[in-house]
Amino acid sequence: MTDLKRTGLYDLHLRLGAKMVPFAGYEMPVQYPTGVLKEHLHTRSAAGLFDVGHMGQVILRARSARIEDAALALERLVPVDVLSLGVNRQRYAMFTNDAGGILDDLMVANRGDHLFLVVNAGCKVQDVAHLKAHLSGDCEVTEITDRGLLALQGPGAEAALAALVPGAAAMRFMDVGIFDWQGVDLWISRSGYTGEDGYEISVPDAKAVALAEALLAQPGVAPIGLGARDSLRLEAGMCLYGHDIDTTTTPVEANLTWAIQKARRAGGARDGGFPGAGRILGELAAGASRRRVGLRPEGRAPMREGVALFDAAEGGAQIGVICSGGFGPSIEGPMAMAYLPSSLKEGDTVWGDLRGRRVVAVVSPTPFHPTNYKR
Amino acid sequence: MTMKFTEEHEWLKVEGDLVVVGITEHAAEALGDVVFVDLKDAGMTVSKGDEVAVIESVKAASDILAPLDGEVVEVNPALGDNPSLVNEDPMGKAWFFKMKIADLSALDAYMDEDAYKALIG
Repeated sequence: MTDLKRTGLYDLHLRLGAKMVPFAGYEMPVQYPTGVLKEHLHTRSAAGLFDVGHMGQVILRARSARIEDAALALERLVPVDVLSLGVNRQRYAMFTNDAGGILDDLMVANRGDHLFLVVNAGCKVQDVAHLKAHLSGDCEVTEITDRGLLALQGPGAEAALAALVPGAAAMRFMDVGIFDWQGVDLWISRSGYTGEDGYEISVPDAKAVALAEALLAQPGVAPIGLGARDSLRLEAGMCLYGHDIDTTTTPVEANLTWAIQKARRAGGARDGGFPGAGRILGELAAGASRRRVGLRPEGRAPMREGVALFDAAEGGAQIGVICSGGFGPSIEGPMAMAYLPSSLKEGDTVWGDLRGRRVVAVVSPTPFHPTNYKR
Repeated sequence: MTMKFTEEHEWLKVEGDLVVVGITEHAAEALGDVVFVDLKDAGMTVSKGDEVAVIESVKAASDILAPLDGEVVEVNPALGDNPSLVNEDPMGKAWFFKMKIADLSALDAYMDEDAYKALIG
């Protein structure tokens, strides 16, 4: 525990009664006294405030000072159309490796004269090294280490943030902007990891606690821990790096083809040109042999990560393993994701081995719970 | 008689010639919100350490083990319908099962409340 880092909100978490756990090298709140189940439901019905200050924030600035050059440089590392990203808009992306696997997933925002990236906590050291190793010729890569990151999620998020930053109300899903609050710049995006409307807010360390407290003082805003963050994102069908996607899964296998725009596909304006393009474009054309799918297990027992999946109620062959699974408080039942042979379709049945018993799980569409974005 | 406690955070209480088994408040709190309780059927003969039930919380699955050799004569049907009872009343309404054992003195080997409180700090 000695090497664990803390975010600027650590003392606030303790004051709020959080249970702290190690996560991606940080001591983070897994839950508050309210508990995971109620925190989850509260986020869906009102608003939840999450400390995501462990995540990496990176600025990518072209040495030419032209945003197009930064976009084209980043496109060498991601199968995503960064060039067409409009000013003050954000897009989901992933770093791929030469084998077509995923090194990390991230958000990329166009902030006029530079790109702003938010990457996973557990990958940020390698991500920054990766960016520097490949893009330093064209770009300046700057990790931002003096800002916290908050997520405010749920149907009450807009009113709560607009009370402090009125301009946030007019943002649409995946908009980004810089707003003044008490003399400091907040870097706000209308996005999140819960399937709800909401925001992620980068704030200078010196004001992070004050902002968190000001948001918590708004009606309906409660602090939410990593436990509920996980069940919320799983209900929304979103991937967790290191579990649902990693260096052994390609974007096509991971069912993230929606994030690969036409310009980067075969025949597109800038097709290929990213690590693993051969395999990824090949899978886009011919299909991958396995796919990440949603599963709804029968009954109430969750099928968690690692549960083996079979093609028969008895005997048969193992055809996959659960990569994320748990109980969905809003759907009031178990849910999971797994990589299964692409021949399986929605509505097909597989069997999960739960402590020696085969339990039915049905291949199901994701999100499990409808998303509620402000488009 | 007063309650006895195991290192696996189960409580045992003698009721007539039966031993009632549940999990402690400390355990329920550590588990978090319980969403499912998978209880074996009553009537089975168990040895100490056998799995009698599985509790699924939002965080993890945990086994409930037989604390003694004996026969499980009754399981709590309320837990199937309302698993959150485990969080609401772990030491009362959320008992898991009742056992018939050969010799009640076997309970003496387990901790009393003070010893258990010392264990969990």
